[in-house]
Amino acid sequence: MRFMPEAAWNTTAGRFRRASLWLGLVGVLAFLLADLEITTLSPGTELARIGTGFLTPDFAATEFVWQALANTLAFAFQGVALGVVAGFILALGWRFRGVRAFSAVIRAVHELFWGLIFLQITGLSPLTGVLAIAIPYAGIFAKVFGEFLEEADARPATALPSGSTWLATFFYARLPLILLPVRTYSAYRLECGLRASAILGFIGLPTLGFHLETAFRQGDYSAGAAILYLFFLLIGTLRWWLHRHLLPLYLGAALWWAPPLSSAPAGTLWRFLSEDIVPAPLRQDGGFEALMQWCLRLASEQALPGLWHTLVLSSAALLLTALLSLVLFPLVSPRFGSPLSRGLGHILLVILRTTPEFLLAFILLLLFGPSMLPGIIALALHTSAIVAWLGGRFTLQWPARCDGATGLRGYCYEVLPRIYPNLLALLLYRWEIIMRETAILGILGITTLGYFVDAAFAEFRFDRALFLILVSVLLNLGVDAFSRRLRQHLRLSLNEGRTLAGLPGADTITPRGAAP
Amino acid sequence: MDVLFSFRGDHLYQGARPVLTDLTLTVQPGEKVALLGRSGVGKSTLLGALRRQHATQVAWCPQDGALVPMLSAFHNIYMGALPRHGVGYSLLNLVWPQPRERQAIHALAQQLGIEDCLRVSIDRLSGGQAQRVALGRALYTRRPVLLGDEPVSSVDEYQAQRLLALALSQHDSAVVALHDRSLALTCFDRVLGLRDGALVLDAPTSGLTLADLDALYA
Repeated sequence: MRFMPEAAWNTTAGRFRRASLWLGLVGVLAFLLADLEITTLSPGTELARIGTGFLTPDFAATEFVWQALANTLAFAFQGVALGVVAGFILALGWRFRGVRAFSAVIRAVHELFWGLIFLQITGLSPLTGVLAIAIPYAGIFAKVFGEFLEEADARPATALPSGSTWLATFFYARLPLILLPVRTYSAYRLECGLRASAILGFIGLPTLGFHLETAFRQGDYSAGAAILYLFFLLIGTLRWWLHRHLLPLYLGAALWWAPPLSSAPAGTLWRFLSEDIVPAPLRQDGGFEALMQWCLRLASEQALPGLWHTLVLSSAALLLTALLSLVLFPLVSPRFGSPLSRGLGHILLVILRTTPEFLLAFILLLLFGPSMLPGIIALALHTSAIVAWLGGRFTLQWPARCDGATGLRGYCYEVLPRIYPNLLALLLYRWEIIMRETAILGILGITTLGYFVDAAFAEFRFDRALFLILVSVLLNLGVDAFSRRLRQHLRLSLNEGRTLAGLPGADTITPRGAAP
Repeated sequence: MDVLFSFRGDHLYQGARPVLTDLTLTVQPGEKVALLGRSGVGKSTLLGALRRQHATQVAWCPQDGALVPMLSAFHNIYMGALPRHGVGYSLLNLVWPQPRERQAIHALAQQLGIEDCLRVSIDRLSGGQAQRVALGRALYTRRPVLLGDEPVSSVDEYQAQRLLALALSQHDSAVVALHDRSLALTCFDRVLGLRDGALVLDAPTSGLTLADLDALYA
């Protein structure tokens, strides 16, 4: 039989396939360019030692970490609470471009970078820990709450009698509509805040991360494992002890345990702003030309290499994340496997996503030595666990056909095409977060932007540090904008806040044309 | 096989809710049966129960189509053939449509009148086109017994009759739920009528009039 020349394929799946192909190519290129060398002499032996440590946790070591545990909780509670309040106020002005830009900038700076900055201003104090969490979280909350408000049904507000004040309208017809997602999302963020708080220990604050770093660096893996298990226990039991009605109690206890006060002498802030962060040439009256030279040198010697390494590492991590997500989501999808396999899958994913990627990278660095490999693996493991966990839930969105294909055929024909838009949207959202995390991996010794920022802080060259942090902000804003354009082009819409908080209506993909 | 489907005083449930009680019914191989009744009376439940009696013999055409919206009509029709092909071949056909499948599915699509939209994904088709794709998948399953739930409800009357005749001609036996009474009389040789949780009508179409069928809905 002969055919007329056939029309071109015109499918939604085809559009996603093309986009994935390009993203995949970028990832492969990044892998080719990345430094993946294993520099340690015997990673196998070290792995065996770490494995032994995790099998024989030394809980005697946790005796000395109760204070750190309390600090971790106190910083997280205060930081997230402050972030919620500030973010909510910002969200009220979400329609103003200025507010959106401001929120984008403060959330583009990682908690650890904020921590490094505030160590200079408020010293080694609870206030530093609280602000390091509260400021970026305010930016995140502003965006998520702002989007909740934008998407909320506007009819109740317009139905109120004319003459109702703005404030009354807000409290009667706007706030009630978004209260549930706001509450759920804030609870989810508290978990993230606990991770962030623990990690702040890596830059010297007295939280769990401090003891984790010490134990692992000294090769005392049994002690490190015990502290990590304690942390898992803390996060894993959240849903049993984190009750709405108990929140004031916890917050009060946090304020009592670690009052958010500065330990720096008065005038430190002023000195930081008026002297420390002023570029060196200006401080020495070098004039415009000297300033330009300073900028160029900093850009060519630190900012550009740091930027390049950040881009390469994060692109490779994004590809590995995507591949791992595709393999991992069937583990927790009710459409595959048995209750037993799904139970084990859940445990695996919970462990992977509870472990902060920074800590994971730190442990892998001990194994492989300072190359991009630990960073790529750590970011991919952590992020893919989140994506796969949500991906598993996406597979419940359509009714099963009783004669539907199962196994690998079902995966490729029934399941993957349906959840692919959601997976892709989620990955594009996580891209910005991967980039943020990649930058701070530098603090561990991988030559991304954070490496140079950390070095600048160590040398008390705060002007350089701030310049480099600004570069990382620009990178984040750029990636965010690109990812948004790509999502628009692919017509992907997914409310990130709702999705992450596991709320209904989270996974609405706007269909095009008439669906059957 | 003497009897294709049989129920003897069975109760059928939708979840925990009894839908049809004390059902006694047999369907012989070769029969083409129309299933009538108000919406919600239990037609889909009965079709589901029929399917379970001979799952591997059944070409299944459910009401919502349950097509994969992002995939092309071609791939959605091909999915009817998934059970008879190996995994490797099916995966290959997903990324690189095989000439053999393209020929067969193109021929089928011509009969269904959707040969122009084979390469378009379901979410870009009209409801009527999508319904023909769903019917195409059932036909491409190539099994002797067709079980259809309103398979032509979204296409116009003339096309509906043509498509139904086509589908029936390609199966030995069929049980099809319908809402169009005249289609039931013209295309089938037996009518089952459900009302108030019971089978109230079971007769050859030769002795039935539209007025008899209206009683099911009154």
